[in-house]
Amino acid sequence: MTRTSEVQTADRPRPAPAAPGAAASPLIRIEHVHKQFQNGTVAVRDMSLDIGEGQFVSFLGPSGCGKSTALRMIAGLLSVSAGRITVDGHAPGEGDSSQNIGFVFQDATLMPWTTVFDNVYLPLRLAGVSVEAARPRIGEALSMVGLASFADAYPRELSGGMKMRVSIARAMVTRPRLLLMDEPFAALDEMTRAKLNDDVLRLWQEFGLTVIFVTHSVYESVYLSNRVVVMAARPGRVVADIPITAPYPRRQDLRNSAAYSESCAVVSEALKATLGDVDGHE
Amino acid sequence: MAMSEAARPEIRTRQEMVALNEQQNILARRERRMRTVLPLAAFAIVLVAWEGLVRYYDIPAYLIPTPSRVVAAMFENWPQLLSALWFTVKLTLISLLLATVGGVLLGSVFALSRLVEATFFPFAVVLQVTPIIAIAPLILVYVSNTFAALLICAWIVAFFPILSNTVIGLRSADHNLRDLFKLYRANRWQMLRFLLVPSALPYFLAGLRIAGGLALIGAVVAEFVAGTSGRNTGLASRIIEATYRNEIPLSFAALFLVSAFGITIFLVTSALSRRLLGKWHESEVRREV
Repeated sequence: MTRTSEVQTADRPRPAPAAPGAAASPLIRIEHVHKQFQNGTVAVRDMSLDIGEGQFVSFLGPSGCGKSTALRMIAGLLSVSAGRITVDGHAPGEGDSSQNIGFVFQDATLMPWTTVFDNVYLPLRLAGVSVEAARPRIGEALSMVGLASFADAYPRELSGGMKMRVSIARAMVTRPRLLLMDEPFAALDEMTRAKLNDDVLRLWQEFGLTVIFVTHSVYESVYLSNRVVVMAARPGRVVADIPITAPYPRRQDLRNSAAYSESCAVVSEALKATLGDVDGHE
Repeated sequence: MAMSEAARPEIRTRQEMVALNEQQNILARRERRMRTVLPLAAFAIVLVAWEGLVRYYDIPAYLIPTPSRVVAAMFENWPQLLSALWFTVKLTLISLLLATVGGVLLGSVFALSRLVEATFFPFAVVLQVTPIIAIAPLILVYVSNTFAALLICAWIVAFFPILSNTVIGLRSADHNLRDLFKLYRANRWQMLRFLLVPSALPYFLAGLRIAGGLALIGAVVAEFVAGTSGRNTGLASRIIEATYRNEIPLSFAALFLVSAFGITIFLVTSALSRRLLGKWHESEVRREV
């Protein structure tokens, strides 16, 4: 693994991440990417990162560090100003299939005018899959998140956590290789959030997904990922790339272990250093 | 209310659940009934008071007729009133239909292109802000077919709310949902069919409700300007005519029919809105209290 040499690390160098499943040719390659918005804000400055197939990577940082921007560029929802991103060898949004990427937004982002079933059907419907052909896959996706009996409900009848589950089912219905999650559980209560974290881990393992998970919670990032990419704001950039070595499957009791506390401490420190940067200490 | 929440008895069994549901259904039905009964009762009381006061003070029918005189006048002149009502209904509904078609089409074009909107929206505003009663005489001069002239007047008034609401509605689609459609590479048609039209629907229906009332107002105003020329005219002409002849009960009868038709338009557009949005949109979903 040579990827840490490509990124700016915090003041002390980290050991290379021993990410399981990382192939020789990474699934996602981010090379010297800049993003400047029309109002002049530099959202991302010189970001380089390789993400191997099967990794669970968190982008962690204060608001304005460009973590969501980076995620949207990987999804092809935002263009890059300079540099290059490839996902499985293609520019984002230009592969041969639109079905390889699932995206989960901060809000559940469901269509309120139609049922849970139709919401989950959407990605397949847009790809021209008939409703008969899609039905078993929709049922399967809803079962994955424990909502099989809510197919006919309208989004407004569901709780915040259930809506988020529908959103995850929608992202999973195409059987994507890559799941991008943009602070998906930030608006949920602690209990629901812990449950959904376990659900995401289960799906990641069961389907051999690659997950990029944007969050501003140190604990969430350490609990979930095998790699935490810490980013700093103004301009947005990567400042540390920290492997989390705790073995999977991870359960809630991991939160009581020494290894977990230690990882949290390391990540917190890297994050604290980014906040120091705001005052001009680089 | 937190108080009643705390005081609510705990539900332990399925029977209790069923009983509670039944109880809530009864309450809901009772409330629905009250919503129809109460306004009707209030209306009846007003009519009775009207009848009583006019009789008590012995006010002559050419000043204020009693409701019973109005009803009698309506029956006496029924064939004439019916054909006038039909004329007004036709005029209003055709102009509403044309306003809907035109407003939706032009609104879609505006929503697609900000440049086109910037160029032509001022014209729509001019049409909207110029009082119809001020343009109607000119339209009647330029357009020789009276029905067409009246149609144009009613259309101008009804057109704007549909246009502007359609534009706002089409632009109101959630940005993250737009991104989702982009991620799955939806084409323009899919974007329109599955995202933009449903997002615009509540706005469009609100526009339609306003336009329905305005089309009737436009039709009546235009007819007032056109006057009573010709036999085959609408309720507004009947009102003017009856007033000139001092047949006040008849003009009240015609006025009542105009109102009844306006109420019908309102009820139908409301029902349409409830039917299309009732399951999901905040404006139509009934909330628990």
